[in-house]
Order: sequence, then structure tokens, then C-alpha cells
Amino acid sequence: MKTEGQIRIPSGCAIAAVISKEGKKMSGEAITNSMRPMHDRSNGLGGGFAGYGIYPDYKEFYALHMFFDDRTTRKETETFLKERFEIVKSEIIPTRKMPAITNEPLIWRYFVAPLKSVLDRMQLDEREFVARTVMKINSEMKGAFVFSSGKNMGAFKAVGFPEDVGEFYRLEEYEGYSWTAHGRYPTNTPGWWGGAHPFTLLDYSIVHNGEISSYDANRRYIEMFGYKCTLQTDTEVITYIMDYLIRVQGLSPRDAANVIAAPFWETIDKTSDPAEKERLMYLRKVFPSLLITGPFSIVFGYKGGLMALNDRLKLRSMVVGEKDDMTYIASEEAAIRVMEPNVDKIWAPAGGEPVIINVKDGVSL
Amino acid sequence: MSVEYIFPEFEVIRKPERCIACRVCERQCSNEVHVFDPATGVMISDEAKCVDCQRCVSLCPTHALKIVKNESTFRENANWQNDTIKEVYKQANSGGVLLSSMGNPKPFPVYWDKILINASQVTNPPIDPLREPMETSVFLGKKPEKIKFDENGKIKCELTPQIELSMPVMFSAMSYGSISYNAHASLARAATELGILYNTGEGGLHEDFYCYGPNTIVQVASGRFGVHENYLNAGAAVEIKMGQGAKPGIGGHLPGTKIVGDVSRTRMIPEGSDAISPAPHHDIYSIEDLRQLVFSLKEATEYKKPVIVKVAAVHNIAAIASGIARSGADIIAIDGFRGGTGAAPTRIRDNVGIPIELALAAVDQRLREEGIRGNVSLVVGGSIRCASDVVKAIALGADACYIATAAVLALGCHLCRTCQTGKCNWGIATQRPDLVKRLNPEIGTERLVNLLTAWKHEIKELMGGMGINSIEALRGNRLMLRGIGLNSKELEILGISHAGE
Repeated sequence: MKTEGQIRIPSGCAIAAVISKEGKKMSGEAITNSMRPMHDRSNGLGGGFAGYGIYPDYKEFYALHMFFDDRTTRKETETFLKERFEIVKSEIIPTRKMPAITNEPLIWRYFVAPLKSVLDRMQLDEREFVARTVMKINSEMKGAFVFSSGKNMGAFKAVGFPEDVGEFYRLEEYEGYSWTAHGRYPTNTPGWWGGAHPFTLLDYSIVHNGEISSYDANRRYIEMFGYKCTLQTDTEVITYIMDYLIRVQGLSPRDAANVIAAPFWETIDKTSDPAEKERLMYLRKVFPSLLITGPFSIVFGYKGGLMALNDRLKLRSMVVGEKDDMTYIASEEAAIRVMEPNVDKIWAPAGGEPVIINVKDGVSL
Repeated sequence: MSVEYIFPEFEVIRKPERCIACRVCERQCSNEVHVFDPATGVMISDEAKCVDCQRCVSLCPTHALKIVKNESTFRENANWQNDTIKEVYKQANSGGVLLSSMGNPKPFPVYWDKILINASQVTNPPIDPLREPMETSVFLGKKPEKIKFDENGKIKCELTPQIELSMPVMFSAMSYGSISYNAHASLARAATELGILYNTGEGGLHEDFYCYGPNTIVQVASGRFGVHENYLNAGAAVEIKMGQGAKPGIGGHLPGTKIVGDVSRTRMIPEGSDAISPAPHHDIYSIEDLRQLVFSLKEATEYKKPVIVKVAAVHNIAAIASGIARSGADIIAIDGFRGGTGAAPTRIRDNVGIPIELALAAVDQRLREEGIRGNVSLVVGGSIRCASDVVKAIALGADACYIATAAVLALGCHLCRTCQTGKCNWGIATQRPDLVKRLNPEIGTERLVNLLTAWKHEIKELMGGMGINSIEALRGNRLMLRGIGLNSKELEILGISHAGE
């Protein structure tokens, strides 16, 4: 039987997210609990979380979260890392033994800074270097997998139901200003930890519910720019697209949303503001191969913000709720009610309309 | 009987009980097959002249006629087949190169027919084009590598010239001269009505058709027939024809019998002279020369028109396309070995070039591997026969398709493959006024519009089934394709998996 990465596996899912516009910290307990009422949207073959602002003491360093098949692989990878990075801390990620989560790989994290001499030699900026290194490890080093690589943020994922994964990783011990969560319902897979979501690159993370029909068009285009889609999952390719559009091309999250869920030509034609019309038309003409079709609801996490987005036809459920400085996003309203029973406002964003929530300017992250 | 005599290929079957000797067949046949015999009062036929164009069959008011394959045959021989023997006789008789028309008819594999398309079930929904928007518009042209911003951080919306198409299909080059005024009028008007483009071919642009300029591609070929400044600026794009799928390695052929009146004037060559284009462009002996011509044409059109470079699909097509993608061209058009022609040497048509399916797959993959797929759009032709061929071509990586044989079929062509004689009974590949007027451009336009409207519906149905609601998301989406009955090398080149995988 082919494993994840050798074959494309469609899956359905549950997603949830929360952010404080004031940058207030909250533990990972609420987001873990939000996944409980959506239990049936997952099938126990993958769950995961991403938390932002969780490593304040190491916020200047890239936090590499890694899975290893065995000790030898870990040693080899550490040698590889030491040639490229200063490692200021390395440790086993604390977990809780529990019957619901088994067969765990070795789970480590490294707080690292790229060696300046290496950057100079390769003539790369820091983020590009880290992105390329992650890609290299994941595509070339068998048995090693980087599943999180941003600063002051981290992804936590496993094979299991998401609420169990949250407990497994002891998320109640972390404090973040935003969190995203994912429960997976793959249609076939022996279950591989790396295949669970969120999928991340640098500080970008994606949780996604859907099965995109544009996958291979997107993959074959984005791979031109050095990305390697080793997992063959939608989430992976969407993460790379967002990284390319935002970090490499310099677009805003809203621009990126207008590329991947571009308005229909008809809608663009009817846009009354000429500058806006020109922008939408331009983005669609320039990036036709990054249009994503088929059902999806995603939450895209980045430093200081979240963006929720549905496909153009809204073929997947997704609701947004607000209460004071908090914004909640989930596949089902029930998940939001778990986090905040007295939510003020709750609505279902239209297809293709991004909901972008940024932490207020001036808040130190 | 002399050795030169070759038994007729077809037999004219006339049912005497139906024939009313109305002589329609006699008037309709430019090949003069049918003659009324006043002595007996019946119609008689000279089958040796018949090309099986079906004109008489279609117009016989009593359905008295049919044309069948002649059963008279040489002794069967798997190696020395009928056609081969006949061609030897013909050449022993004439000492000449054999000429043929339309695309390669030999039984080479048709890869389109060995590729199957995907559809959504359960895990994602098919989309119903009758109830949901389904987009087929495409823009052809170079995409910028890097987005630029102004001092306020606003995107600078600057793009090199693009061609907008309402669907990813265009009418491929057919020159005025090889086809008739009415055929050109039909193509130009249909392209305008459909929001797509047609292509002048290498015969220049008749002054009556300058009004269709926004829907016209003007071609510059090695003969440079009809090329002048106004011509270059008349269209929406300029195409440099380096080669043609039906005859890679040689230039266009138009027999002098077709160079009459307006054709001669439009081409800017004397009446009755054969228009034999040189095999190469004499200013392009290498890739760097191509770059110069591309930029000469851009200069002449003030950088307002995208430049297309059209090449025949030959063995090394991926490397050639890679060179073209770096030559400043905005669009590469690749013509497969089954592409049609108004006249080509038979040996070349039947033996030179490669199938468009393989060429497209190889080129798209190569340009992606080199990271320059965004530099150019890819247009493919050379036997795109129907909507599913279009869908498969897009999924393999094409931006759009060129069709010509399908278009002339819509105009009435019956693929008798004798365009080079200039006696087309359907008024398409002829310049004889009595024949040209048989093609009514209004009806021709309507039939072309019908054809592509039907294809558009079918393309939308197929896309919807795959859960794709915009053609952009289909382009290069090879996961949507599976091969059937293909070997692993063929699958590797096509970049697709086998059905069941």
C-alpha cells in the first residue's frame, strides 16, 4: 500500500481558529475543546494545532518542530542542521502518554538561527534559506520531517482525533494570541504523522477542509519556484502558494485571497471602483495557475493575524464569530460556542470573501 | 491496358430507378465525373476523376447516388499495399513529388483516444454548469516574473500585451489563396462573434477583412507574402510561422492556379505564379536570429501586439520551445504531425514530425522544469478534433488550441484531401468563382459559431464533472487524466498515470 506522499489522498475535515486582536494570550485548552463537538468530522487519522506567540523567550529564533523515525536519523539530521544553523536549544517536545495516541515517532524541537557565513555564501536572505532548508530535509532526508519552522509559533500534530492530539501535546501549557486547529478525515491512508495538519512553512500555517480540484495545476506551477510537494496534499500546496504570493511576491493576504479564490470575471466586470477592478483583473491575469477550484475552507495563520477563506462557490461550511476583541472561526457554529458561549455576532462569510483579522498595531508580538 | 492506368479509387453507384437525369450532379462536380448522355438519356460517370468529396451525393434530390470504395484491387500484400503500388506507378509515370492535402491519414496512434478524463465522486462535488458559473476565458501572453509596487505600496498593474479569448480555441492559420474569400469571411466573422481569433495564414489580409482586426492573428511566414506595416498592425497578434505540422522542414505551397485576382494582389505576387515559400526564413538560421525577428515585429507594432512563434512538432521540440520561450516571443504555437494543409509533399506529410500530444506534454514539462512556463503561453494544434481533445490538451498543459480541419469540416469540407487541385466542390479550398459562391459566408459563420458554442457547452460539462469551475484550474492539471493501453514510456512522456492507478 502506498503511503502519503506516494499517492494523493483526498480528505474531509474540521477546522477551528481563534485570535485576540489585543494580542492577549490564551492557553491551547479552549481550541482543543472546540474540536470535541466536531468529532465526527474527523476519523482519527489526523489532528493538529498551530499556536502563535507561544515561544516568547525564543522569539528571535526559528522553532523547528521535527519528527524522526529513529535515533540515527535524528543524529544525522542534527549534524546537517549544525552545518547551517546555530542551535540555541534542542529538546524533546513534551507529550502525555495516552492510549488514544500510539506509534509516535521521535518528536523534537530546535530553536535555531542560520549561520551568517552560510547565508553570505549562498547569497540568500534568512527566510528564503530556512524555507529551502526545510524543503530539502523533507524531500531528501528519509525518516526526518520538519513540521513547523516559524518564529515564535509552532505546529503540533499527530495521527489521532484532534481533541486527543491537543491533550497529547499538553497544549494547555502553551499560551498564544492565536490558535488554529484541524481534524482530518482522509479517505485512505495508513496514517502518517507528517500528513496531519496544520501544514506550515516559516510562520505561515494552513488548516484546510476540502478537496481541491485544481491540485495538479497548482502543484505543477508552484514547483517551478523551488517548492517540492512531497505530501501531495492540498494543504501543503496551499501553504506554498501563500508563501510564494506573500513572502516572495510581496502581496498582502487580501491580494493572495483574490488570487486563489479570484472573483468570477463577471464579478470583476461589475466592480465599480476602477482601481479595484484593475487590481482584481491584474491578479487574475498574472496568476491564473494559482486559482484554486473545488471545495475548500481554510484558515491561514501568519505572524499577527489569521485569514479565513472559502472557495468561490462556498462548497464547504465555515462560520465566523466575534466577541469583544476575540474572533472565532470554525467549520461548525458548535465549535465557536464551546470557546465562547455568548458570542456577539456570528455569520457565514460568502464564498471567496476573505475574513482577515490582524492583531492591532502597536501590540508587541 | 497501359501500365500507367490505375484503377479508380472509388465507384459511383447510381440507382437507375431513382435517377431522374436532372443533371444536378453534372453541374455540381468540378471534377467532371458525371455526364449526361443525350443518346441514351441517362447519366454516366467517369469514376477515374472522382475524389469522393460527396458533393453529388449530398445534392442529389432523389438520393440516387452513392460513392463507395472500389473493390477492384491488386493482389493483397501486407507489405506492398494498394496505395504504395499506385504511388510507384504515379511517380514512374510523372517523375514528380507526390502531393497531398489535409492531415496525415496513416494509422499512427491517436493519443487523445488513449487518455481518459476524471470526474468527482463523493469526496468533492461535481459542479453543474447549468446552475453555477463556469468560466472558459483565457488570456494568452507573457506573465511578469515579479510583481512591482509603487512608492505607496500599490501594485503596478502593468502587463505586456495579452490576447483575450472567450474559450481556449482559435482558428488556425489558413491562407487566403489556399482557401476562398468566403471561407475567410466565415472564419473572421465567426471569430468576432465568438470572442476568439482566426489566423490569416501566410497569404496576407484581404482589405475587406481589416475590420475584423481585433479578432485576427496576422501571420509572417518565410515567403513574407502580403506583409507590410499596415498588415502587421491590423491584427490582435502577429504570428511568425517557422513550421507547420503537415510539412515540417519546408515552406508553404500554393499552386499558381489558385493565385488569381485578389489573391495575387493580397499576396503581392504576380497572378499564376506558384507561391512556394522558402523552407527556412532566410533571416533566421538560428535561435538568436529568431529573437531579432521577434523584436523587429514588436518594433513595427510598437510593442502593442503579442508575438506568436509557430513551430512544427519535431523530435527535439522541448529544447526548441525552451529557446523560443527565451526569444522574446509571448506565445508558442506547436503544430502536431496530423495538422492539415492545402498542399504538402505526401512523403513529408506522412512521415515527418511527432504527435502533438507527446510534443505538448514534453514542452510543458520542460518549460516548467526550467521555471519559464510563465514566459509564454502554449497553443497547440495538429488535430484537435472535438471538445474532449481540447479538455485533454488543456489538462496536459496547453493554454489554448488551434483548430482548422474541424473548422473547414463545419464549413462543409468532406476531407477528400484534394485541396491542391483548387477544384473544391464545397467552395472552401478553391478560387474558382463558381465554386466559391457555393459557400455562403453567412451560413458558414453560423455553422462555425454553432460548432464552437457546442464545444464550449461540452467543455463546461467536462470541467463541471471534474469539480473545476474555471479553465485556469484545468491547465496542466494532469492528475485529471489517465492513460489507457499505453506503455510506461508513453505514460512517462505524457506525465500521466495509467487508468486504475
